[in-house]
Amino acid sequence: MIRLEKRTAPSQFWTYAAPVLAVLLTMICGGLLFAALGNDPLITIRTIFWDPLFSEFSWYYRPQLLIKGAPLVLIAIGLSFGFRAGVWNIGAEGQYILGAICGAAVGLAFYPTESVFILPLMIMAGALGGWAWAMIPGLLRVKFGTNEILVSLMLVYVAQQLLASMALGAMRNPDGMGFPGSRNLARYPSATSWINEGAGLHWGVVFAFVAVIFAYITLSRHIFGYHVRLSGQSPRAARFAGVNPGLLVLVCMGIAGALAGLAGLFEVAGPSGLISIDFNAGYGFTAIIVAFLGRLHPIGILLAAGLMALTYIGGDIAQSNLRLPAAAIQVLQGMLLFFLLAVDVLTHYRVRIGTRKLA
Amino acid sequence: MDLSSINPILLLASLMVAATPILLAAIGELVVERAGVLNLGVEGMMITGAVCGFIVAISTGSPWLGFAGAALGGALLALIFGVLTQVLLSNQVATGLALTLFGLGLAALLGQGYVGIKAPPVAKFPIPLLSDLPVIGPVLFRHDPIVYLGITIIAATSAFLRYSRAGLILRAVGENHEAAHALGYHVIRVRLLAIMFGGACAGLGGAYLGLVRVPQWTEGVTAGAGWIALAIVVFASWRPWRLLLGAYLFGGVTVLQLNLQAAGVALPVSYLSMAPYLATILVLVMMRSGRAPGSLGQSFHASR
Repeated sequence: MIRLEKRTAPSQFWTYAAPVLAVLLTMICGGLLFAALGNDPLITIRTIFWDPLFSEFSWYYRPQLLIKGAPLVLIAIGLSFGFRAGVWNIGAEGQYILGAICGAAVGLAFYPTESVFILPLMIMAGALGGWAWAMIPGLLRVKFGTNEILVSLMLVYVAQQLLASMALGAMRNPDGMGFPGSRNLARYPSATSWINEGAGLHWGVVFAFVAVIFAYITLSRHIFGYHVRLSGQSPRAARFAGVNPGLLVLVCMGIAGALAGLAGLFEVAGPSGLISIDFNAGYGFTAIIVAFLGRLHPIGILLAAGLMALTYIGGDIAQSNLRLPAAAIQVLQGMLLFFLLAVDVLTHYRVRIGTRKLA
Repeated sequence: MDLSSINPILLLASLMVAATPILLAAIGELVVERAGVLNLGVEGMMITGAVCGFIVAISTGSPWLGFAGAALGGALLALIFGVLTQVLLSNQVATGLALTLFGLGLAALLGQGYVGIKAPPVAKFPIPLLSDLPVIGPVLFRHDPIVYLGITIIAATSAFLRYSRAGLILRAVGENHEAAHALGYHVIRVRLLAIMFGGACAGLGGAYLGLVRVPQWTEGVTAGAGWIALAIVVFASWRPWRLLLGAYLFGGVTVLQLNLQAAGVALPVSYLSMAPYLATILVLVMMRSGRAPGSLGQSFHASR
């Protein structure tokens, strides 16, 4: 008989090996899925995980890795604080949209003046927008004890409707001949977040790396990081240690919201360029997978975001070259999260085969 | 704007129809949560149910087989969640989110060839005599059988939880799984069954959206209905009959919002479409919810 025995401390080995095992299992099951869809599994897996990095067109795909990875890193780093402390903000998609709307609004308000202050102002507006949107579930949880999971998620749907109304109404390009969508901020030199478009480098990439370093130091060296970890592992002990639980919820929510807002702003002022109805691409939800895949650890998140960005790019290639449906990649990403949660059992439990010994 | 074009009787009748998918999903989740498990994957199970129901209904031509297929699909997807959280002891919040992400992808993948096809019609079933009553008749008794089924499930669940021995065991498992285990009940088995029931109900609710409310398959057809169902369970303080009230409240907001759109209210459509979600938040804030089941969201491992 197979049974599980709780480890006294999480296994060091499996903490690092579990994500790798999960990725391997996902590749195997993904291969079976692709075979079922009538694609050659080996070629499809190679197209998704290998070609973006090492094929003859990789000079085009490698910059894409930065473009897709940066928002994932920014959002996932923000979420990891809350997830560690037991604050479940899953509405990052909404905070991302609000950051984009607020940042773009500032940029569009200054059009067509040129000044070095416009982009910094937009960055502040974007962070503030995301922060404010995240404060709604945060304050409601602290003041009224409402469930932040449900409120933050409901706000995603509200944000999507707000985005639609902005793209069709207030922010519509006056020179756009009636088409929905705003002016292209990427073509507005003072507002663009691009540093070097050919290399895939924009300010969001820079901020993502800064966020990783900042989060690493905060979590491992600062008292706030200690409080976050303590609250997640034992809320009661945290109370005795002098942690203000309400304030902690607000700060965790605020960090996540501001970083998601920044991600949205950099996206709208760079790779996406304009506010449009379907501007959001689900980064806010994929970042949840990234945060868990990276074990809520800043360096882990960096690696996980790279892998996730790879599946996005590889998925696009497979879609155009092998006619793989876009939804198959979504299923693959969901599968990855399942396997990750499943193999996590090995980190916290020993698998014992045989009957139970008598005590 | 012409508010007189809104017929209150038709409004109330369509309210019952609009509430049914949320009602079905919510009653399933209520049973799951009473067993002490928090499954945040309702949205994923609903949309998988919707696509399974649609495919079965199209290929067999029978909407009833479609509903059966939807319940089966929802239950199977829920079983993944059950195995992960109960056997492999994964975090329920994270696994539920994963289930939603996976379900949305799976549904989009399965539904590819079915976009734009019309579902076989679901016949209305007016209850004899009662449906001839003035006002009450058209509002309550001239619906399709699934509307009645939803209310029947509520009544049955309420009776099951309150009066049956199995219901008592389920509540014991949810309130204190250590004690239930010590009394010799199979915590994991009870929870797995509850999770599958929840999946089947969510699947039915999804199929109702795909086969009756919007009688065709579109990606993202559930549009957050699963999350609203989760909110209603909190609103109802985990009691079946109060669920009915919550679902009708939300059905009412949805229908009223659609009617106002049709009547040409001066507000832009986007702002009206926000109404159900904002109402959900408002209700979550205003309702001092009752006590949640004691072991809600905690993993159970017998050796502890």
